[in-house]
Amino acid sequence: MLELRDVTVEFDGFRALDGVDLTVPEGELRFLIGPNGAGKTTLIDVITGLTRPAAGSVRFGGHDLVGRKEHQIVRLGVGRTFQTSVVFEELTVIENLDLAAGFRSPLWSLARRRKGVSEAVAEALARTGLEELAERSAGVLSHGQRQWLEIGMLLAQRPRLLLLDEPVAGMSKDERARTGELLTEIARDHTVVVVEHDMEFLRRHASTVTVLHEGKVLVEGSVEQVGADPRVQEVYLGRRKAEDVVGNRP
Amino acid sequence: MNRPRGMPVLRSRVLTSIRRHVPFAAVAVVALVAAPLLLEPFRLGLLAKYLCYAIVALGIGLAWGKGGMLTLGQGVFFGLGGYSMAMYLKLTEAEGGLPDFMGWSGVEELPALWAPFANPVFALGMAVLGPVLLAVVLGTLVFRQRVRGAYFAILTQALAAAMVILLVGQQGLTGGTNGMTNFFELFGQDLADDSTQRGLYLVVASVLGLLYLGTRQLVESRYGRLLVAVRDGEDRVRFLGYDPALVKTVTFALSAGMAGLAGALFVPVVGIISPALLGIVPSLELVVAVAVGGRHALAGAVLGAVVMGYAKTAFSEQFADGWLYLQGALFILVMTLAPKGIAGLVGRLRNARAA
Repeated sequence: MLELRDVTVEFDGFRALDGVDLTVPEGELRFLIGPNGAGKTTLIDVITGLTRPAAGSVRFGGHDLVGRKEHQIVRLGVGRTFQTSVVFEELTVIENLDLAAGFRSPLWSLARRRKGVSEAVAEALARTGLEELAERSAGVLSHGQRQWLEIGMLLAQRPRLLLLDEPVAGMSKDERARTGELLTEIARDHTVVVVEHDMEFLRRHASTVTVLHEGKVLVEGSVEQVGADPRVQEVYLGRRKAEDVVGNRP
Repeated sequence: MNRPRGMPVLRSRVLTSIRRHVPFAAVAVVALVAAPLLLEPFRLGLLAKYLCYAIVALGIGLAWGKGGMLTLGQGVFFGLGGYSMAMYLKLTEAEGGLPDFMGWSGVEELPALWAPFANPVFALGMAVLGPVLLAVVLGTLVFRQRVRGAYFAILTQALAAAMVILLVGQQGLTGGTNGMTNFFELFGQDLADDSTQRGLYLVVASVLGLLYLGTRQLVESRYGRLLVAVRDGEDRVRFLGYDPALVKTVTFALSAGMAGLAGALFVPVVGIISPALLGIVPSLELVVAVAVGGRHALAGAVLGAVVMGYAKTAFSEQFADGWLYLQGALFILVMTLAPKGIAGLVGRLRNARAA
C-alpha cells in the first residue's frame, strides 16, 4: 500500500536519507525506530510532502506522492501527527475534531454554523475517550489529552494510512498505557506507521519493526528478529545487548 | 451524540439567540433613529465618515483579528472604491464633457479607462470587484509562496505607497495630489442638501450593520473556526487537508471588498477623495484604531474606528498637531496594558461580574 523506493534526501550535502526502501502492506502496524538523526522523522516528512526527496519514489495506493502538496496528500488518505502536538487552543475539542472531519467539504459549504455532531466526530470522540471534554477549549487539555485529540483528529479524517511521530513522548505511565490501547484498537482497521523511541512501548505493542540508521534501513523484521540482530546491537544499542532493549522480556 | 431536541432546549436556544442580538439591536436603534434625530447635520456627517472607516475596520478585524493577516494597505482598496465612485460622480456632473481637473492638466479627450464609469452600476460594481480582484491576485501570489507575518505586512504597506505614487503621477487621469472633489449631486440628489446627507448616513449605517451581521455569521461558522486555525497553526491546517492559501485569499478578498465599498460610500459623504486619504498613514491609522478597539472582536474593531475617529476630530479641534502624539501614546498604552483593546476590557469586566 505504501511503497518507498530508493528515497534519498539531502540537506546541504548531509544525507538524511540514503536510498531507503520501505514497503508497508495494508493493515499493518509498523514501528520505525533508530537512534537520533537516523532519519525517522525525515522519512515521515517525505511521505507527507513536507520534504521533497532528491531521488527515489514514494507511492501510496497507486498514487505517486512526490511533488504533491501537503494538503493533496492528506486528501489521498494519509494523515500524520507531529512530535509536538499542535491542536487549536482557541477552539473546543469538538471544534478541533469537526475541523479535521470537514476537510473534504468545499470551502463555501463551511460558511454555516456547525449543527450537532457528525458521525465521524462522534466516533473519534468515543475512541479517544474525550467525550467529557468535548465542549472544553483545547487550550486546557493536558499533554496526553492533546496527543489523543490529535490522534482523534486523524481518525475523524478517516485516513487509510496514519503516521504517528512519537505519540507517547513526554507521557506519564498511565497515559502511555492508554495510548497503547488506543493504538492497538486503531491498528485493527487502519494501516499505521509509528515512530517511537520508547522501548518498553515498542516491546509491548510492536509486531513489525524497521530499524533506520544513518539514513539507511538497517534491519526489518519482527521484534524478536530485530532484537537478535547483531548489527542492531552494534550500531543502535551500543555496547549493551540487544536483548536488553528490544528483545522479549523473560 | 446529537443533542436532544425538545421544548426546553428550543426555548433556551431562542432565549440565547435573543440575548445575543440585544446589544446589536440597541446599537442599531441608536444609530438609525436616535443619531439622525439628535445630531446636527455637521456632526451626523462626521459620524457617517467614521462609520465608513468602521466598515474598513470590520474588514481588518476579519483579516487581522481572526485570520492573522496584518494588512497595512487597506487604504489601497478603500481608494479603488473611492476613485470608482468619484469617477462616476465627476462624469455625471460633466454631463458628457470632460471633468474639470482634466482641462487643467491639458487632457482633451475622455480617457478610455474613464468611459465605462459613467454607468453607476459599473462604477459601484468596480468599487467592490476591483479591490476583490486585486486581493485575489495578490493573495494567490503571496500566500501560495507562504509569505506571512511581517513580510506580508510590509508588502501591503509597500502597495499603499505604490498606489499613492501611481495616483499622483497620473494627474490627467486621477487629479494627482489634489484628487477629485467638487461633487454636486448623486443619483439626482443635491449632495449639499441636509436630507441627502441624512439619507447617505442611513445608507452607510445600514451597510455597516448588514456587513457586521454577515461577518459575525461567517466568523461563527465552521469557516470562521478554520480561519482561526489557519491563524494559530497554518502548517497544521495544511496537514488536515486544507489549503491555507485559499482560506487566506478568500478572507483577504472579503476584507478588500469591504474596504472598497467603504471608499465608495465615503466619497459622497465627505465630498473628496485624494491620495492623502488612502496612503500609508491612513491605512496605519485604521489598524491602530482596530488594535485600540480590540482586534479579536469584530465589535471592537468597529468601535475602535468610531472612537478613534471622534477622538481625532475632537482633539484636532483643540490642538492641531497634538493628535499624532496622542494616537501613538494610546497605541503603546493599549499594546502594553490591554493587548485585547477596549473589547478585551469589556470582556474582562463581564467575566468579573459573572464570577
